[in-house]
Amino acid sequence: MGRKILLNNIDIPGIAGFDVYRKSGGYSSVEKALKTMTPDQVTEEVKKSGLRGRGGAGFPTGMKWSFLDKRTNNPRYLVCNADESEPGTFKDRYLMEKKPHLLVEGLIVSCYALGVNTCYIYVRGEFKYIIGILNKAIDEAYQNNFLGKDILNSGFTLDIYVHPGAGAYICGEETALLESLEGKRGNPRIKPPFPASKGLYDCPTVVNNVETLATVVPIINMGGEEYAKLGTGKSTGTKLISASGHIKNQGVFEIEMNISVEEFIFSDEYCGGMKNGKLMKAVVAGGSSVPILPASLILKTSKGENRMMTYESLADGGFETGTMLGSGGLIVYDEDSCIVRNTWNFTRFYHHESCGQCSPCREGTGWMEKVLWRLEHGDGRMHDIDLLTSIARKIEGNTICPLGDASAWPVESAIRHFKDEFEFHVKHPEIIKNIKHGNFQKYIL
Amino acid sequence: MHSFKIHHTIHSKENIQVAFSPEILDKVYKIIARYPDGKQKSALLPILHIAQEEFGGWLTTDIMDYVAGLLNIQPIEVYEVATFYCMFFTEKVGKYILEVCQTGSCAICGGDDMLNYLEQKLGIKAGQTTNDGLFTLLAVECLGGCGYAPVMQVNSEFQEHLTEEKIDKIIEELKNNKNVEKAKESKWVEKFF
Repeated sequence: MGRKILLNNIDIPGIAGFDVYRKSGGYSSVEKALKTMTPDQVTEEVKKSGLRGRGGAGFPTGMKWSFLDKRTNNPRYLVCNADESEPGTFKDRYLMEKKPHLLVEGLIVSCYALGVNTCYIYVRGEFKYIIGILNKAIDEAYQNNFLGKDILNSGFTLDIYVHPGAGAYICGEETALLESLEGKRGNPRIKPPFPASKGLYDCPTVVNNVETLATVVPIINMGGEEYAKLGTGKSTGTKLISASGHIKNQGVFEIEMNISVEEFIFSDEYCGGMKNGKLMKAVVAGGSSVPILPASLILKTSKGENRMMTYESLADGGFETGTMLGSGGLIVYDEDSCIVRNTWNFTRFYHHESCGQCSPCREGTGWMEKVLWRLEHGDGRMHDIDLLTSIARKIEGNTICPLGDASAWPVESAIRHFKDEFEFHVKHPEIIKNIKHGNFQKYIL
Repeated sequence: MHSFKIHHTIHSKENIQVAFSPEILDKVYKIIARYPDGKQKSALLPILHIAQEEFGGWLTTDIMDYVAGLLNIQPIEVYEVATFYCMFFTEKVGKYILEVCQTGSCAICGGDDMLNYLEQKLGIKAGQTTNDGLFTLLAVECLGGCGYAPVMQVNSEFQEHLTEEKIDKIIEELKNNKNVEKAKESKWVEKFF
């Protein structure tokens, strides 16, 4: 069994409530930090831990914290990004549902380190029930003097509020999230200035993912150096992986970042292998935005080494032969899956979710969707395949926020690794038109 | 061709008194107080959720103007937000909104079959409302339930591992109004406290 430091105790009945959580060791990191450490010492432990942002970008958390502008007299904010919307990703939802107090605990310690007295948790609107769970947990924390004024007689004051989104993937981008939190449309901001200097209400702000902030708890409890001993290389600690698609055991797993992709997908401890005895065709390793890889390249790097579940190993080979750990949203496709169809599906998603500010993304995602639609329905031309690559390259790098890149990568990688399948769609329209999904039209209100 | 209906028409409802009850108004002011002085606009999304639910499930100009007045902001600031986020409706919708996920894992695990089944069962296409005004059926993008695919939401509450039998049961219960208590609990205004 791999070591569990986030999902430990998750099966204890009542762990979502304060009393049981506290009895099983909960909130000890708050006591340790507030009573025995200075805020800078807390930040130092997080730096030593090597923790990298768990939302998708993998940016070192301690470094992000150190950018926070502490020179101004303006208030500072910590905003927890719980707008989990990346297709394939559902780990934060699971964590917040099962152990809401772990997030609250992580927020208290993080706010103490950052000198923040007001914190908002931005939860996607579709997680309405999670908003209720979090508010209950926050209430209990107030009642037990872990929130509010003078927490544990330390003189530290903190208020946490839950803020709902209303159905917009783009609000997971940190500056769009801040716009949304200010009551506006979720249009990402031009950077710089970065949130660390001008964020929420133009005040210095740190935005971190749910899992990142929850991980601060075990880091403080065990010490940054001990934490850094878990995992391998620059992928320290454990990671929550959301596993879905054509596998036997779908769900959220905590892994230490030292196991191979093969072990994760095929061992009974995790995904349990393929459903219905089929073969694995492809894997999206880190949410819909990262490049899709064929089975051969997800299990072994182009050098023939075992691919590991780490930031570095999954990225080995760059985008030519590698991918990214991203948010840890792992989708497995069996031999019967149609890659063209899947690419169209993702592109439709990005077209729907584009905020519309930047022309390359607003127009490009729509054109890619249209071209993929006709390929998928047997009406494509050979030239369409190059056309798709050309559109994708014109979006990539030419937009304010990474949604543009995220829409381009699945298309480019699908063509890179499954070009024959695209060509088949052009060469055999009579077959394509007669398969089950050949006439698929949906309307979205 | 795959098509998206984007509605920007602004409607008025007749015979609906647009004003929160004193109890709800009290809670609304508590929510506004969670944001700094002068930043009351931040409360727009939570209050629109509550307003939409309290005033019949979709937003009219009257409702949006009322919310603008509560927050002391211009009506256009509410309209532009209401038309950006897909959980807000500016067209009439049914009492129960069935949103069936069509993205990624749901797409490869039967999400489209579930949508087709619902279309057949309710006799409407995705994007339409049944004649009795009870159900609106929508095809939506990722709901964050990928490991429990196929999933849908009924008025923003998850229904997972869908099968045709499970859908039959859900529709039957909704038709017979069996979940009144649960519906009360799952109101937006209750989630914030």
